[in-house]
Amino acid sequence: MVAITDDTAAERAELPVMARWATAIRRNPTIAAGAVLLAVLVSLAILAPWLTVDPLKQATINRLRPPSERFWFGTDQFGRDIFARTLHGARVSLIVGLTVAAISGVIGLALGIVCGYFRRIDGIVMRIMDGIMAIPSILLAIALITLTRPGLAVVIIAIVIPEVPRVVRVVRSVVLSIRGQPYIDSAIAGGTRGFKLLARHVLPNTLAPLIVQATYICAAGMLIEAALSFLGAGVPPEIPSWGNIIAQGRNFFQIAPWTILIPGVFLALTVLAVNLMGDGLRDRLDPRLARRM
Amino acid sequence: MSDQPSLEVRDLVKHFPIHGGLLQRQTGAVQAVDGVSFAIRRGETLGLVGESGCGKSTVGKTVLKLLEPTSGQILIGGADVTHLSPRAMWPHRRRIQTVFQDPYSSLNPRLTAGTIVGEPLENFDIARGAEKEERAAALFQRVGLRREAMTRFTHEFSGGQRQRLGIAKALSVNPDVIVADEPVSALDVSVQAQVLNLLIDLQDEYRLAYLFISHDLAVMRHISHRIAVMYLGRIVELADKRALFSTPLHPYTEALLAAAPIPDPVRKRRGRVILKGDVPSPARPPSGCRFHTRCPYALPACRQDDPPLIEVAPGHHVACLRRPAGGDPVPLS
Repeated sequence: MVAITDDTAAERAELPVMARWATAIRRNPTIAAGAVLLAVLVSLAILAPWLTVDPLKQATINRLRPPSERFWFGTDQFGRDIFARTLHGARVSLIVGLTVAAISGVIGLALGIVCGYFRRIDGIVMRIMDGIMAIPSILLAIALITLTRPGLAVVIIAIVIPEVPRVVRVVRSVVLSIRGQPYIDSAIAGGTRGFKLLARHVLPNTLAPLIVQATYICAAGMLIEAALSFLGAGVPPEIPSWGNIIAQGRNFFQIAPWTILIPGVFLALTVLAVNLMGDGLRDRLDPRLARRM
Repeated sequence: MSDQPSLEVRDLVKHFPIHGGLLQRQTGAVQAVDGVSFAIRRGETLGLVGESGCGKSTVGKTVLKLLEPTSGQILIGGADVTHLSPRAMWPHRRRIQTVFQDPYSSLNPRLTAGTIVGEPLENFDIARGAEKEERAAALFQRVGLRREAMTRFTHEFSGGQRQRLGIAKALSVNPDVIVADEPVSALDVSVQAQVLNLLIDLQDEYRLAYLFISHDLAVMRHISHRIAVMYLGRIVELADKRALFSTPLHPYTEALLAAAPIPDPVRKRRGRVILKGDVPSPARPPSGCRFHTRCPYALPACRQDDPPLIEVAPGHHVACLRRPAGGDPVPLS
């Protein structure tokens, strides 16, 4: 048996890099599609200042121009270039999505492990989480933003708060099932305790479901940010975001549909890319589903 | 110290509360272990045998303090660890180690074999870094694994190899007692023999005390010095291996021995004793002798009187009303 594993490991290492990538893509077409789409969107967002003109530069003479060679995506009612605004808006969406996923992932992971492992705290923390989950996230965000100065950080915090309980629930349930595994008893009997027990034996096994959950939260975060900006409760209007581009374009929707269609399509594509990755990772990381593929 | 038993258990009780009703009040208890006593000396193997659900694994886990005992006493090398907190229990874990039943789920799939075996060494600050590697490698060789195997993950090993890993891990801290909970029941028969012989060799070498839990009488016969038979959370008979196999005194032991296949076509089967019915629920054990509902020789008194475990011959303990101390045994048939 040992000999057999030697052979396959050696074969795997000898495969050329390109062939290994091809195999990976063939096995996980969903993840690959999502990753490629997301990579394109991220590079557009990063390169936005070099690819486009100033998204805030107004030119009344060019107002509501349809897509053309000069204005690829047309212009809005102030003559601002929608291509520039959309690409700059991608930065807001991606920053919000990724930060929300990262922050709620870290907080949720910590709380989830604590709840799953220290059963005395569990009841209290989970009731608080249930309470937070009962608050509609958009209302909470609007309330928070009216209380403070609008800004990217407030938007992120407002979205993180209602997302944390979702992560806590997932992590907690995984920790509960890991606790029952004999290898945890075995580690305890071997003298492993405290932080090391959590970090070495519990934590690594919670990461797969956490990553999947984080992708969904990333997508949800971008949608909520767009909704908030659309409602005027999101990032300040001087920062272009897909939500406020659509909001500003909606009065001219019938004569200049590109002002809302283009940022709308970008929003949909980004959410689709992230969700594709999430679905693919879920299938890939869940051994029961992976075997069927 | 030397004549102190390595592991002693006195009147150990482990009840699992059952919660029910609207307010989740305790409505009962599963009496998994209900008054179990035994002692194991250095270099000795006590076999704990019984059918599924009789509480033998619970005894093992409670002794290891992976479960909190309800009452009774657990002494490891004379030190009372019964109600120690996890923190206070920790230093004692060096003296009592365990080999688990399932070699697949008892090893963390995300760690390499070397990390798993070396972990107790670093936990107890016995060795670190290169010295830890060296000691882990020596343990690998001692249990019959190549040292190159240290960098592999557990799924790359066969069942028998994994069980060797578990043994290496248990040995790493140089314990006095090893609780082996069905260590070979998940293995092929040929591999079973190898692992059992390894355990026997290690016992001779390090004078280890084993609490060996199994339902397999052939395995018990091979490895145990003394055997305790459990039924519904109680020890019903405790005797030297030879005495138990040649002259079982408890009707349950007799039935258990009769049910085991004899791998010898010349030898005649013992008289078959087939028990009727199922094991009663440990949440509602029968009154009197717990075995009376299935005992072919039950007397009317067995319904009321709970027989204590008494020594009827030197080293031979039995809990049966038909086997009173000193008095003439009431014949079994």
